[in-house]
Amino acid sequence: MKVISLTEYKLMLPMLELVIFALGILLIDLIIPRDWKWLNAVGAFVGLFFAAVCVWQIQATLPGGAVGFSGALLVDHFAVFFWYLFLAAAGITVLMSERYLDLEDEHSGEYYALLLLSVVGMMCMAAGIDVVLIFIGLELMAISTYVLVGFLRRERRSNEAAIKYFLLGAFSSGIFAYGLSIFYGLAGSTNLQEIHRSILAQNPRHPVIVIALLTTMTGLFFKIAAVPFHQWAPDAYEGAPTSISGFMSVAVKAAAWAMLLRILIFALFPLRSVYVPIVVFVAIATMTLANFAALSQTNTKRLLAYSSIAHVGYMLLAFVAMGTSEPGSPAFSDGFKGILIYLLVYTFMNLGAFAVITSLRQRQVIGDELEDMAGLYHRAPVEAVLMLLFLLSLAGIPPAAGFLGKYYIFLSLVESRHYGLAALGVIYSLLGLYYYLKIANAMLIRESKETKPLFVSIGMRCAVGVTALATIVIGIYPEPFIQGVSRSLPTWAKPTAPTLRQ
Amino acid sequence: MPDNYFARYLPLLMHFGIATVLASIIVTLSYLVGQHKPNIAKMSPYECGVQPIGDTRGRFSVKFYLVAMLFILFDVEAVFLYPWAVILRELKMFGFWEMMVYIAIVLVGLFYVWKKGVLDWGLIAGKRGDI
Repeated sequence: MKVISLTEYKLMLPMLELVIFALGILLIDLIIPRDWKWLNAVGAFVGLFFAAVCVWQIQATLPGGAVGFSGALLVDHFAVFFWYLFLAAAGITVLMSERYLDLEDEHSGEYYALLLLSVVGMMCMAAGIDVVLIFIGLELMAISTYVLVGFLRRERRSNEAAIKYFLLGAFSSGIFAYGLSIFYGLAGSTNLQEIHRSILAQNPRHPVIVIALLTTMTGLFFKIAAVPFHQWAPDAYEGAPTSISGFMSVAVKAAAWAMLLRILIFALFPLRSVYVPIVVFVAIATMTLANFAALSQTNTKRLLAYSSIAHVGYMLLAFVAMGTSEPGSPAFSDGFKGILIYLLVYTFMNLGAFAVITSLRQRQVIGDELEDMAGLYHRAPVEAVLMLLFLLSLAGIPPAAGFLGKYYIFLSLVESRHYGLAALGVIYSLLGLYYYLKIANAMLIRESKETKPLFVSIGMRCAVGVTALATIVIGIYPEPFIQGVSRSLPTWAKPTAPTLRQ
Repeated sequence: MPDNYFARYLPLLMHFGIATVLASIIVTLSYLVGQHKPNIAKMSPYECGVQPIGDTRGRFSVKFYLVAMLFILFDVEAVFLYPWAVILRELKMFGFWEMMVYIAIVLVGLFYVWKKGVLDWGLIAGKRGDI
């Protein structure tokens, strides 16, 4: 019996530490009085901060990548990048949530505990190279978010969103698990590297392989909300607490992307001749449907939900560029960088936009209709200007960071000679500008019925400030971020035993 | 050893036979020897539960669901102890501590549920209104 070494535990220290904080918050919440509930938020924030410090320590001693737990966990720069992303997104969400939950009168520790546990699940998804670990991570994340979506118990929309999300999510997880089980049957191993090796030796168009691939991709596309499987997203985002809508649209999506890249690029790359045509279709359908559906939305959360689906479409374009070029070629690495940079940038700009929408929730005002945005400039000038920044960034206007992600995506498309797809992507980005500017129009030009200045809590100010700062900094000085992302390019060399320097 | 395979289950078959015979003897004896005083409650299909026939739309406490869910949860969690117990000797102290961590997490869950008042069935818990 191989005993797991201490070095391996060190690899999953951030996750262990988050679990301890989550359980601690759950218990402490039972004894603290009602007026002191903000302590939960502080606890969650401290937990996330410590986890980030742990990740930083791991990263500092990380050579190429370290495998642990009988080859189930692979901590490489790819995983570390996503870990930072999840922790940052969760931290900003905690800052957004404190006052919002107070207003909803649902201020309780479970919220923060579930948030931390869902981050643990995401970290498993990003670092797992064993399908069992990936699937358990996925379920831990998904079950936590099902509960978080329905967290406003007294609100019908929230209940409805939770039950829709739960039923569809459970169903798609089932299909996903079915696909993975066929791959296990083909390879005789649940390890992604073993699956990769056994797929190499087989005919990619064998019916069993095609069925396994299709079911696996169905699960993956559901989780990233790509078009034939996107219908849950607008409903779930609209009904969920606004802070959770923001969290889901960035962190949950990034985790799903990490899983998608791990499975389709690391493991199933030999099957690319089969899956690339499907991805092309899905990407075009996603961009088309999401952009046209977003045009007519009057609810800002729903609008941003469709916009987040559209962004998935752009990222899928980069995925097509990767799938049609050889590993190591500029198109491949630019496509990979494009997806990662896009996720990074998108995390900040979208969370920022959701933070501003969350701050519109006041007593007696739900604040998620486009009407509620009217005259925001007069009520809260700073928030309005920063919201404009986030919207322009989402649309991909140069000084803001959103441009950078789009730049790499279109660059990779051109490098892999997909001129048609690149043109289509640019046209849809322009279409996107219309609905983003519709929000800006309401905010800056329209008159508001309400003239009282908007009260914005300190935590919310921090959240908006941090996301705005990140959006500007990544846009103006992207070099270190691009360097960080290029280190996480996939390698097919098998990393051996954990080689963390002590 | 395919021919021996079913032979290994012979004791099980014998056990089954003895149990059947013994059970039949007990039931027959008590039928023959015992006194019979039937009444309505005794003759109803299910003696000690709720009324078997009635309006399906009767209201009953949400606590039934809570207890049922908790039962499933803790039941499944307890089942994990069995495979662990079988291979504990091979796992040595490592396995022991791993399971202690697992049990600690389950206990946190139990403590949480307890403090939330799910296990109280009286009116006091209802007044607290935090379930």
